[in-house]
Amino acid sequence: MMLSVRDLRVSFRTHEGLVRAIDGVSFDLKEGEILGVVGESGSGKTVSLLAVMGLITDPNAVIEGSIRYRERELVGLPARELRRLRGSEIAMIFQDPMTALTPVYTIGWQIAEQIRAHKRISKSQALERVEELLAEVNFPNPREAMSRYPHQLSGGMRQRAVIAMALSCNPALLVADEPTTALDVTVQAGILDLVRKLRATHNSAVVFITHDMGVVSELADRVMVMYAGRVVERGSRTELFSDPQHPYTRALLGSIPPLTGEKPHRLPAIPGSPPSLLRLPEGCAFGPRCPVNYEPCRAGKPVLGDGNHAAACFRVQA
Amino acid sequence: MIYAILRRFGQMLFVMFGISVIVFLIFFATPGSDPAARIAGRNASPEVLEAVRHNFGFDRPLYVQYGLMMKKIFVTGDLTSFVNRGWKVVPAVLDSIPVTLSLVFGAAVLWVVVSIIIGIVAAATRDSWVDKLLMALGLLGISMPVYWLGEVMNLITQSRYHDTWLFSWVPPLGYKNFSDDPKGWFLALVIPWVTLAILYIGIYGRVLRAAIIESMQEDYIRTARAKGLSETRILLRHALRTSLIAFVTLFGLDFGALVGGSALLTEVVFGLQGIGKLTYDALQSLDLPMIMATVMYASMFVVVANAIVDFVYILLDPRVRTS
Repeated sequence: MMLSVRDLRVSFRTHEGLVRAIDGVSFDLKEGEILGVVGESGSGKTVSLLAVMGLITDPNAVIEGSIRYRERELVGLPARELRRLRGSEIAMIFQDPMTALTPVYTIGWQIAEQIRAHKRISKSQALERVEELLAEVNFPNPREAMSRYPHQLSGGMRQRAVIAMALSCNPALLVADEPTTALDVTVQAGILDLVRKLRATHNSAVVFITHDMGVVSELADRVMVMYAGRVVERGSRTELFSDPQHPYTRALLGSIPPLTGEKPHRLPAIPGSPPSLLRLPEGCAFGPRCPVNYEPCRAGKPVLGDGNHAAACFRVQA
Repeated sequence: MIYAILRRFGQMLFVMFGISVIVFLIFFATPGSDPAARIAGRNASPEVLEAVRHNFGFDRPLYVQYGLMMKKIFVTGDLTSFVNRGWKVVPAVLDSIPVTLSLVFGAAVLWVVVSIIIGIVAAATRDSWVDKLLMALGLLGISMPVYWLGEVMNLITQSRYHDTWLFSWVPPLGYKNFSDDPKGWFLALVIPWVTLAILYIGIYGRVLRAAIIESMQEDYIRTARAKGLSETRILLRHALRTSLIAFVTLFGLDFGALVGGSALLTEVVFGLQGIGKLTYDALQSLDLPMIMATVMYASMFVVVANAIVDFVYILLDPRVRTS
């Protein structure tokens, strides 16, 4: 396993008490694999990956559990060592390309900065590498794009620049946090193609965070569904899409409009809204919104079973 | 970029023209008062009054009066003060410019350098005792009025401790020309510089700290962390650069105002015959030509300082260049 996360817990101290944003998340990632992480806003998908990156800088955050990357424990690793991994072996693409780049430096400068932070090469060599990278992410005119400032590029182009930056040191693991959410659909497709192509050429493993089931069904090898800081279902893409087990996963899939056949009058929606992490319901967090809940759901929290395809639901396990 | 600079220069000229017209109208076209009588001063004889009226063209249309006034200030430079019995105004202003510029420029260098250091250190050590100490000192600096601080400085360096090794180098109050005596110029201004700078060090240090801390919340800082950069580099290259924009804005306003006469209190306390002192004396004796000239001069400096700030913006922030 390249990355193996065990029982990860992230809590934040607040005025209203300790808020547990991530409550016992475990997952594995093989080399070259694409893992899709799905969930609503606030389900903890971003926080769990920020924890992997060591990017939770909030002094009130408490991180427990184990994150092993290539036989190294990342939780509690000194900042210096973590910094050496970040950007070179583990890279990240962010949600909003509009704000992810420093506005006062050129694209070329910002990518070269990352290369030179990890490799001992000259400025001109770094800039040559930047040109290759920009060509690789399909910039029509890489040499010219290098001298552009972020505000001079469109959203899609900026995201390509961010991806080029993430790839600059050939990372073994790429974390993509909703990289297509802020973009137009046509631009989205281009970015997804790019991620797929890069997995093939660089053999990087990818963790792809999204709330878009459509994106997951196109891209991911395996899928992990999160709800209220816990993993509720995991499995391979085919297992999850052909045989969804957790009522939440089913409800998510049910809310995708069918491409063929008669369109439903109204798309089915999940009743209610995600619970506040401060006041989680007793028992299963999804219980109050669940169409099939019964006695045991209110009594205890269901746990995710073993096996490749598993769901944290008493109905399924019964 | 060249075009942006030229356009800004054109705007600057236009603004200065506008200011000159408004100032002129306020002083010379206010209904119900005779500008000739005010220029001539109290108890002027009818002959003097008549001479003033002719000299300034008050018997001719307003635009001729404006033209004559501008000619006297900028072309021939022979604007004369009647209150002060024939004192030439323009040379008096030109003489006091180097005094004020020396004072303000030196203080500005001091306050910019020190406040940038303070802002960075405080932001980097946020919420620690270092940060709290620096911010408390900054507040102390802001709270001390310059006339009081200046007098205390004088008391220490000119009187009580002047004979100790610490302050024996401090020359008596007053200004020395840089061209005559560079060392004397420097020594005479050290204490005024420090006094004037202390207030601004406090303000700018606090402003910069707040701006850096705000920048550190931005998404691109998270990107910079994800790139694996060191915290020092993130602070100096990514957060500081974007934070300087607010700093430069403030600097343009303060620098322009100070050069335009706001350094008056410092000038008076340290016996420097600068623009502020000149304006103050002119106001005391209602010396209209002198006031006109110093106001024109002051507004010119505010406008020029603002234009310089805009040029610095263009250097600091690429987003301004294209618009």
